[in-house]
Amino acid sequence: MRPILKRIYLDHNATTPLHPLVLKAMLPYLERDFGNPSSLHRFGRKVRASMDEAREKVASLIGAKSEEIIFTSSGTESNNLALKGIVEANRKRGNHIITSSIEHPAVLNVCKYLSQHGCRVTYLPVDRYGLINSEDVRKAITKKTILVSIMHANNEMGTIQPLREIGRIIKEANSKRPNRVYFHTDAVQSVEKIKVNVNKLKVDLLSLSGHKLYGPKGIGALYIRKGVRISSLLQGGEHEYNLRAGTENIPGIIGLGKACKIASRERIKEEKKLLKLSERLYQGIREKIPDIRLNGHPKKRLPGTLNISFESVEGEALLLALDLEGIAVSIGSACTSGSPEPSHVLLALGLSYEEAYTSLRFSLGRENTKEEINYVIQILPSIVKRIRGISAIGRKK
Amino acid sequence: MVDYWSLYSKKVIDHFQYPRNVGEIKNPSGVGRVGSPVCGDIMELQIKVEKKRIKGKTEKIITDAKFRTFGCGAAIATSSMITEMVKGKKINEALKISNKAVAEALDGLPAIKMHCSALAEDALKAAIDDYLRRESSRTKKNANYHEQRRTNE
Ligand code: FES
Repeated sequence: MRPILKRIYLDHNATTPLHPLVLKAMLPYLERDFGNPSSLHRFGRKVRASMDEAREKVASLIGAKSEEIIFTSSGTESNNLALKGIVEANRKRGNHIITSSIEHPAVLNVCKYLSQHGCRVTYLPVDRYGLINSEDVRKAITKKTILVSIMHANNEMGTIQPLREIGRIIKEANSKRPNRVYFHTDAVQSVEKIKVNVNKLKVDLLSLSGHKLYGPKGIGALYIRKGVRISSLLQGGEHEYNLRAGTENIPGIIGLGKACKIASRERIKEEKKLLKLSERLYQGIREKIPDIRLNGHPKKRLPGTLNISFESVEGEALLLALDLEGIAVSIGSACTSGSPEPSHVLLALGLSYEEAYTSLRFSLGRENTKEEINYVIQILPSIVKRIRGISAIGRKK
Repeated sequence: MVDYWSLYSKKVIDHFQYPRNVGEIKNPSGVGRVGSPVCGDIMELQIKVEKKRIKGKTEKIITDAKFRTFGCGAAIATSSMITEMVKGKKINEALKISNKAVAEALDGLPAIKMHCSALAEDALKAAIDDYLRRESSRTKKNANYHEQRRTNE
């Protein structure tokens, strides 16, 4: 076996490494502080106090109140709770959901499920940059609409949706109707990378996930604005304001809290750094490799996400070649790359099947350095050239 | 992240990194271009067939094979491998090469990658079919030509 010399991780939209300070914060709760926060004795009380602090930190990162945060097991569970919980609690008021065609499977497949169980779902299209037209939301709202769920930033290409505008449109609609339309956003990709404030965005529900922001896996949270009618998916104890039964994942919660605290402190600095690094990578690729295109919006995009199509280069072959050099990137979203179907997101942008198959996602993060990016720029052109030389499509060689 | 080192054998990686027989043949005897319905990948295989006298019999032998593939690592490796395997084979022997045999020659492929080797088998079959079609239309033309001459005489 050839030794891998480098270990360059450019797949932060799939998952991030645990921040060392997060690990440090979690450790006591895997050892000495094992109490159940529901217990009345000092073991339990100690842990409850820490849990409340963590909740406060998560809330403060997104401009929410502490009691509006529900801990879940993942971004996926948060999305499930948001969508199914709203539908369940508002059955009498309507059954119509509006979402977009480029949501993560954790929303799309919940919508699919709900449409098989009495809901009607409208999937809004996107333009060639992946943007939703907020006017489309206005037009799609009917008397029966109970929920609009639009992701904040797309995981595959990074395009950031105009949530403020959509929030304003929903608020306006709500002022003229007896039953509120709730506004949910899957912000799993955007929290920590860009500013996320539930009041500025005018959302009623917001999903986030620990392992996308340098926290641990197995923990997520759902923000639920006070007064929102929602049902629990689980029956059991009275945990999490009766919305999520089950003894809390304390180490995870502590880790998420710490990660959010770090994010509150360092986001602006990190955002600048990521923007610079990804711009460096993009310019390097553009200068050295002909026939490429950037997918997604040129400006309204997450700072570290680059989705690029390399003409006539099959993405998975390129991924493998880079992996053999120790560079980790992805094609489509990691959860679906077991299936050879092209990304529904890229197809929604109007890319052909062939173009969709030639795309590669670089997603940069905290620990990436200029040197790493330079190395990628240095070796990528020859790899692309080699695979183009084998390709059965594209220009004649 | 899928661990390609354990997912793919050393041979697969070798054929992926250093594919054999990439390109086109000048005046190929047969060309097969196929696309996978599963994943949209495309493979083009070209063969050169020559007739040789072996033990008093005329045999159709594949003397050269080249490929181009737009596809994943396994698709590239299987195309490379199959071009190696067909060289020197009689047509009817080559038709018996199955995708399983190609995968085995590469020391195995992961289950989700078997369809990639099916693509290689299909491409080879298509190239041989193409050759046989060309042959039969040529002999027909020849037959017509002789027919013509006889009636003229
Ligand atoms: S995934 Fe399509 S040929 Fe391998």
